Amino acid sequence: MADLRGKKARLLLRLYVAGNAPNSLRAVANARAICEEHFASGHELEIVDLLEHPRRALADGIIVTPTLLKLSPLPAQRVIGNLNDTNELLVALGGK
Amino acid sequence: MLVLPQGLPRQSFSGFVRGSYELTPVRRQDGRKRAEPGGSKFELIDGPRAFGKGIPMKTQSSRAVQAKTKVLTGIQGFDEITDGGLPLGRTSLVMGGPGCGKTVFALQSLVNGAHRSKEAGLFVAFEENTRQIVANAAAFGWDLPALEKKKLFFLDARLSPEVVKAGDFDLIGMLNFLQAKAEDIHAKRIVFDGIDVLLGLLDDPVAERREIYRIRDWLTKMGLTAIITQKVAGFEADQRYSFLQFMVDCVVVLRHQVVDGSAFRNLRVMKYRGSGFSADEFPISLTKDGMELTHRGPPELKYEVTDERISSGLPRLDNMLHGGYHRASNVLISGAPGTAKSTLAGLFAAAACKRGERTLYVSFDEGADQIVRNLRSVGVRLAPHLKSGLLRMYSTRTRGPNVEEQFGDLRNQVRAHKARCLVIDPLSALSTKLAHIASADAAQQFLDFLKGEGITVVNTSLMDGLSTDEATATGISTIADTWIHVSYVVQDGERNRALTIVKSRGTGHSNQVRELELSDQGVTLTDVFIAQGKVLMGVARWEWEQQERAAKKRNQVATVLKRLQLQLAQAEAAARLQVVQTEMEARSSEISVLTHATGSASKLMATDREVLRKMRHADKEVGVARPRKAKVAAPKNGDGAAV
Repeated sequence: MADLRGKKARLLLRLYVAGNAPNSLRAVANARAICEEHFASGHELEIVDLLEHPRRALADGIIVTPTLLKLSPLPAQRVIGNLNDTNELLVALGGK
Repeated sequence: MLVLPQGLPRQSFSGFVRGSYELTPVRRQDGRKRAEPGGSKFELIDGPRAFGKGIPMKTQSSRAVQAKTKVLTGIQGFDEITDGGLPLGRTSLVMGGPGCGKTVFALQSLVNGAHRSKEAGLFVAFEENTRQIVANAAAFGWDLPALEKKKLFFLDARLSPEVVKAGDFDLIGMLNFLQAKAEDIHAKRIVFDGIDVLLGLLDDPVAERREIYRIRDWLTKMGLTAIITQKVAGFEADQRYSFLQFMVDCVVVLRHQVVDGSAFRNLRVMKYRGSGFSADEFPISLTKDGMELTHRGPPELKYEVTDERISSGLPRLDNMLHGGYHRASNVLISGAPGTAKSTLAGLFAAAACKRGERTLYVSFDEGADQIVRNLRSVGVRLAPHLKSGLLRMYSTRTRGPNVEEQFGDLRNQVRAHKARCLVIDPLSALSTKLAHIASADAAQQFLDFLKGEGITVVNTSLMDGLSTDEATATGISTIADTWIHVSYVVQDGERNRALTIVKSRGTGHSNQVRELELSDQGVTLTDVFIAQGKVLMGVARWEWEQQERAAKKRNQVATVLKRLQLQLAQAEAAARLQVVQTEMEARSSEISVLTHATGSASKLMATDREVLRKMRHADKEVGVARPRKAKVAAPKNGDGAAV
């Protein structure tokens, strides 16, 4: 489910979603839009459906969905929610 | 408003089960089953799906619902007031302030399920580190690390403080994971500990409600028996999550309160759908085995009643009671200080041990050794029974106004020793602390517990007067089956012990006052004397006894004297009889003499006449007679001369 765009994968994100739940669908849309808009130069967004990969979710300590993990660059960051709050998200991702 | 959030779980769950198998037939079956208890609009919409049970195994448990509707928590007392524990396959809410024991309550019932029913369980911690929870619970001896390997699973569901919230979220991920885990270990029970933490993060009433309902639906679908714990600061202040209370089937409220410097923890069942329960607030205590609840027992007083009598250790007291104490009764021995209450209690303990019954002697005033020594001085020997293990002495201190824990401790002691007989010396050490309403009936509940277990208990109680405030001071005297009062009688410059039986249920008993005498020979009860309307004891009694004895002696002497007099009279009579007899004999002799005399006189006269007649021819007769006599004698001499 990896979605790779741009040449340099500067921003590495992993988004855990739960199937077609509204918050999850919204989060996927929001994540993609923000990546396009603010990190067009280089980002990698992996979307993991934890209904299909529960063990992976556990390994990452996912409690709520959707959860977005910023794996790189450091510091690692964890954002929960459907990502409607763009400002919070950008601060967390270091894009602003 | 309710419908909106419902769209979510349906979609998401169907999304999940898409990959799994055989759900459809099972789901339909269970959906039919669950048509009736609904009630809310929400459930109607959701019915067929929400109650579907994903695992075939679960349908069995739902069938079992008909037979068994509750699961034991293993929390002493709670299972009794709810008549069987928490609702099976339903959700219960445990709410309370910090430090009330919510986590302990939840964890204990989970552990109990694993231990006793071999049911696996999940523990989801939103607030505390799971490592910490396990470590904290180590104090209770539940052996969590061993359970953790197979039967229990702890999920650390805390969100780190660094988490950024950017919009609405849901719990689908967690529930999905828990579902996999539950199926994995065949979990039957689950705990969500500190759900308020998670709800607080949502920070949106609609979302909070939606997620709670999502959890509820998920639980119902899984058929899990769940406990959700929730912190509340105060009951009025925190109405925020009140919908939780409406949603669940059972609500347990824990409360922590400090009265006059003493901490009281209380538990109250606020709601229990489809079941009767005791709605009062019950004191709880945390012992080394976990949480315990002091309850008054079933509202109906039902004990097994026995006619068996057991000895009080004092034969004359047994007589006064027409055979001794009743088995499983509670006996109160009251009296002023030094009236030998402990001695009577010790006699009872010694007698119980002699019968081979396990006995526990609880003392508050004195140490065990001191009691053993003191009792030895009046001939009651406990040491051999201590050595054999039949008797256990437990000396402790009263700990403060909150006697709940004290009684909880005693209860554990009684259970641990498997005691059949119990002595509490003195119970008043506890009952004087019963001023607080919160623990007013603690002693009574404890005695109720003993009665239920068939344990005979002898309590001593410090009481100065019988007529003063004995009943109100403790309230114990009213539930005592047998009440023996020992008082001092001060009389003629002496102080003596008088024992009376104030009451004894279900048995005739003497109304007599007895004097209790202690000596190194042992303990005895003595009759007391009543003279001129006064009870005589001690020296007065002794004097009376002396007088009695003297009177008896006098009586005896008088009898002897009388007998002697009679004997004398008899002897006199006999003597008189002898005199008369002798006289008789004398007379008869006289008579016979007289007769004889008369006879010889006439004979003489005849002879005389003969003589006279013969004398007229005297020559012939006299001449012949005389020489013949001389002739006979002469040859003798002649022979001798001739030789």
